[in-house]
Amino acid sequence: MLKVEEQQPVTFSSALIEKCGEIVKRYPGGKHKSALLPILHEVQAELGWLSPDAMDKVASFLTIQPIEVYEVASFYSMYFLKPQGKFVLEVCRTGPCCLVGAEKLMDHLEQRLGVKEGVVTPDGLFSWRGVECLAACGYGPVLQIGPEYTFYENLNEQKVDQLIQDLRDK
Amino acid sequence: MARKLLLEHINVPGINTLDVYRQKGGYRAVEKALKTLSPEEVVEEVKKSGLRGRGGAGFPTGMKWSFLAKPEGVARYLVCNADESEPGTFKDRYLMTYIPHALIEGMIVSSFALGANTSYIYVRGEMMPQIRILEKAIAEAKAAGFLGQNILGTGYNLELYVQPGGGAYICGEETALLESLEGKRGNPRIKPPFPAIAGLYGCPTVVNNVESIAAVVPIINDGGDEYAKIGIGRSTGTKLISASGNLVRPGVYEIELGLPVEEFIYSDEWCGGIANGKRLKATVAGGSSVPVLPANLTLKLANGEPRLMSYESLSEGGFATGTMMGSGGFIAFDEDQCIVRNTWNFSRFYHHESCGQCSPCREGTGWMEKVLHRLEYGHGKMSDIDLLVDVSKKIEGNTICPLGDAAAWPVASAIRHFRDEFEWHVKEPVKSLDTNYGLANYAEPIAKAEVTTGN
Repeated sequence: MLKVEEQQPVTFSSALIEKCGEIVKRYPGGKHKSALLPILHEVQAELGWLSPDAMDKVASFLTIQPIEVYEVASFYSMYFLKPQGKFVLEVCRTGPCCLVGAEKLMDHLEQRLGVKEGVVTPDGLFSWRGVECLAACGYGPVLQIGPEYTFYENLNEQKVDQLIQDLRDK
Repeated sequence: MARKLLLEHINVPGINTLDVYRQKGGYRAVEKALKTLSPEEVVEEVKKSGLRGRGGAGFPTGMKWSFLAKPEGVARYLVCNADESEPGTFKDRYLMTYIPHALIEGMIVSSFALGANTSYIYVRGEMMPQIRILEKAIAEAKAAGFLGQNILGTGYNLELYVQPGGGAYICGEETALLESLEGKRGNPRIKPPFPAIAGLYGCPTVVNNVESIAAVVPIINDGGDEYAKIGIGRSTGTKLISASGNLVRPGVYEIELGLPVEEFIYSDEWCGGIANGKRLKATVAGGSSVPVLPANLTLKLANGEPRLMSYESLSEGGFATGTMMGSGGFIAFDEDQCIVRNTWNFSRFYHHESCGQCSPCREGTGWMEKVLHRLEYGHGKMSDIDLLVDVSKKIEGNTICPLGDAAAWPVASAIRHFRDEFEWHVKEPVKSLDTNYGLANYAEPIAKAEVTTGN
């Protein structure tokens, strides 16, 4: 469900607008709505999540109705409709990864970060969640971190602790 | 050593770059197809090869191509399905990461065969690193004259773009993928019309899996007849298998179709056996959607003959004693794994990924998840087991797209082969919380490795 979290006006950087303009060129004339998914990724990469105002701006950029953006943003699991931590750790929780310890790893992550799934740490740095199959089943357990979706494979508790430390030091 | 067509040069340093890829014979297929063959001749070679769709359905690729409508003055599209999301499958990620030009080259040859001048590779959004890799490879290919206007002076034009998805398993279904590529929710379309008649933007469109498109390259280089010599029966050529779960060496392997399953699991050339000296309990041979099989039926057919890694042999026995090749996502479960828990996990996956369009799937996957959850967590009733079978039957065949079937089969097959384990969860609700049913009577014919003790 789409919940209106905040009504803060946002601004897109000129680099972002330029990128969106490039994306639109990939499609035949009149089919610019095809650019919606890639543009939402770019907007989320810049702003961290898709606020209602950001989605409205995308709608007017693509000259489509706001509802056409909302329905897409709420359908796909990668788009965040509320603010997230600076680093969102997404752990695969599907069958093959669970055979090699993904569930224990999520317990560890919860304890290590001190927040439940989907909750942002008080310092604003982290949030985590379980996600469905990331197509890396042979290298499980795995987790990914956006917006570039860097992959961390064959994880164990020590590696996760080290990763959290490295991100804190960034 | 087994023959490799797709991964032959995978370990060559720099094979992800155009220069090294060309040194190893890359882009020969583009030269050959565009300069010496007509589009119809390329389609003919693919038909002769017997190549079957590597995404899961196993439909002959050449035949799919020949269905493409060719009305005058209407654009045609080739869309590559790189939305790899089937649990247990990770071969396309591997191919795109390490040898991206194999896909680009296949896209050029295939687009030429279909008369497409704009083609898209729809990559699942989570594979952002692979999207960057492909974009770089496309730029390299364009700079070298393999893409763009008047390719190699032949007058053929092709623009190739990468499209990211948004994180939805359903977009692996070809019509949902097209909806998504048009900037909409990934709701599968009612067929007919098939994409070959009305696909992307209402134009004739072919949607093929990454591996199918990459396989076109060796087919054009060596000829369809040569490709068809590899494999067994109607399972021609080589297949990428994603091996995961409790194996000594999980990973992506290219096999010649027809390899015995037992050899694939236990040989040191392949997976090297079950990890930690344990025994095999069950496998899911083709990605989470296909029926789960106990170890004995994985290794041998019902008549005792060895089961082979081929479309026919894996489905031998129908759903009573067989399974399916699917996308080649081979998941192995050792003796300590719980079938009920795994079935619940897969059900949650399908519930999460159902697009919600058809009520049997939207509601049914949710019910199956709930009932399996209570069985797994010690609140189940004996009648729940038949209830699950009942719900699964009411989903199967009653939905627009195959996600409903994909959700129903794992549940139905788990109960078919492991009913006593489900019953044990009801009879021993407390015990089942922290112990597993174990191997019971599903043992493979191969004994547990001898553990040497002493000095």
